[in-house]
Amino acid sequence: MALLLDVKSISKSFGGLKAVSDASLSVDEGKIVSLIGPNGAGKTTLFAIISGFLGADSGSVFLNNENITGMKPHRICDKGMVRTFQITQPFASLSTLENIMVGAYKNTSLKAKAKQKATEVAELVGMTHLLNTEANSLTVAGRKRLELARALATDPKLLLLDEVMAGLNPSEIDEIVNIIKIIRDSGVTIFLIEHVMKAVVNLSDYSYVLNDGVLIAHGTPKQIANDPLVIEAYLGQGAAKAMTKNTPTKAKASKTSKKGGKS
Amino acid sequence: MAISISRWVQMGLLVLAVVLPLAIQNNFYLDVLTIIFFTAYLGQSWNILGGYAGQFSFGGVMFFGTGAYASTILWTTYGIPPIYGVFVAILAGAIVGLIVGYASFRYGLRGSYFALITLAFAEMLRIIANSVEFTGGGVGIFLNFEPSIMNLQFINARGFYYLSLGMVVISIIIAMWLERSRFGAQLIAIRENEDAAEALGINVLRSKILAIMIMGGMGGAAGTFYAQKYLYLDPPIAYSIALSVEMLLVTIVGGMGTVFGPLVGSFVLHIVTEVAKHLIESPGLSLIVYGFILILIIAYLPNGLIGLFKGLSGKRGK
Repeated sequence: MALLLDVKSISKSFGGLKAVSDASLSVDEGKIVSLIGPNGAGKTTLFAIISGFLGADSGSVFLNNENITGMKPHRICDKGMVRTFQITQPFASLSTLENIMVGAYKNTSLKAKAKQKATEVAELVGMTHLLNTEANSLTVAGRKRLELARALATDPKLLLLDEVMAGLNPSEIDEIVNIIKIIRDSGVTIFLIEHVMKAVVNLSDYSYVLNDGVLIAHGTPKQIANDPLVIEAYLGQGAAKAMTKNTPTKAKASKTSKKGGKS
Repeated sequence: MAISISRWVQMGLLVLAVVLPLAIQNNFYLDVLTIIFFTAYLGQSWNILGGYAGQFSFGGVMFFGTGAYASTILWTTYGIPPIYGVFVAILAGAIVGLIVGYASFRYGLRGSYFALITLAFAEMLRIIANSVEFTGGGVGIFLNFEPSIMNLQFINARGFYYLSLGMVVISIIIAMWLERSRFGAQLIAIRENEDAAEALGINVLRSKILAIMIMGGMGGAAGTFYAQKYLYLDPPIAYSIALSVEMLLVTIVGGMGTVFGPLVGSFVLHIVTEVAKHLIESPGLSLIVYGFILILIIAYLPNGLIGLFKGLSGKRGK
């Protein structure tokens, strides 16, 4: 399994606050890897560093064995890694089609080709009926999909998805989980930040857990859900102990952490 | 279908503009039309950076003035005719654009900060032009009137009219190209959301600098035109804040980020000015009327007059 993304001991402080400290992780080609953790854990900061939007204090990022640390985001996009934003950033006064075309223009200078690519991507993410809708008037779910579609239209090797499911209702989540699986099956590797635990367990091949800027655990979603450190991170100190005392079964533990994840 | 109708209208208006001087013998009207086209052209140059790329400049005149000085000095001092000089003027404008663009966009200046820095650059250039020898300093430069194509000077108003018409047509073609090209789509993406544009692989810095260089080149050519028509150049004219304001005003009134916005805005504002001047005896009052109409348009038509037309035709009901 080829290593696509390799993050080596990234640290970043904002003034006295250590947002990320010594975080190392890797993403294998063809997988769906997730990064989870409580609010304020530093997930988005780490994403911003990986995608070139933020400089790291120390550490390095390798994409396909190439050092991309400190590269500008558009150069990193050229290399095949593209991110979406947690707070959606649509081109507000443009239509869905025009939004996606901006991504599609990455690989063609011809309007007709960009249009064709954008239409295909829109179909993949289920936005065909919204092509002429102004991005401004899309619903939250629509905007999340638009983020995904625009990024996908650049034909990336690796997609960084920052909470594409936040704020969606269960049926919308199921839809987007399916879409992400289809994207993975088409050969795109996916690295995602997520709060919706059900989706994480459902989707990921591998997970990393970030708490207070430190990676405290990694493994398959099932391993993670039973890790006492992870449970404590979500529910507070002593929670793991209390839980193993009362309900030591696996199922219960993962259910509780699901609850925590939503908060 | 609707598109082809508006194409016919555009072609019809162009033909009308071409044959109009045959019908109008009065130089005054031709001169007004020339100024309308000239301002529309400058407005379009502002529109590329301001309307499409979303970077509002308040010192657009710096390209105009630099271009005017470039071709004028080449002509008066070195004897190089303006028909060649205009290309140096375009180059000079583009280079000023490159320098100012790099200096401000490199450090992420946006919004009002960018507007102010362009104003400062224009003022700086005015002061420099005022204090160095080769621009004629505060005395200015008088140009000779030697009508010929080589000198871009004409015996009657008709020649300048056609030249300005040609310029406005070229500026509209540039805007039309922007609307259907990748570069234009990228500029609009930058206007709408810079971070998202960067994330999607757009080299935001380079695109903005290219946009300001196009604006600069267009402004430079306008400088040559102005100097050859009015035959006098001094720092307050070359780097006039009023002209900076006018080029953004016609664009905002007509509709930013639209192909015909600057032309429509220029028509409306100039005709309002002229009519107000004729109808109202006391000179100050016409300016008040002008200001009042501006306020109305800005308050009630945030997308400009073109936005009003679009809204009426229901093309983009907003």
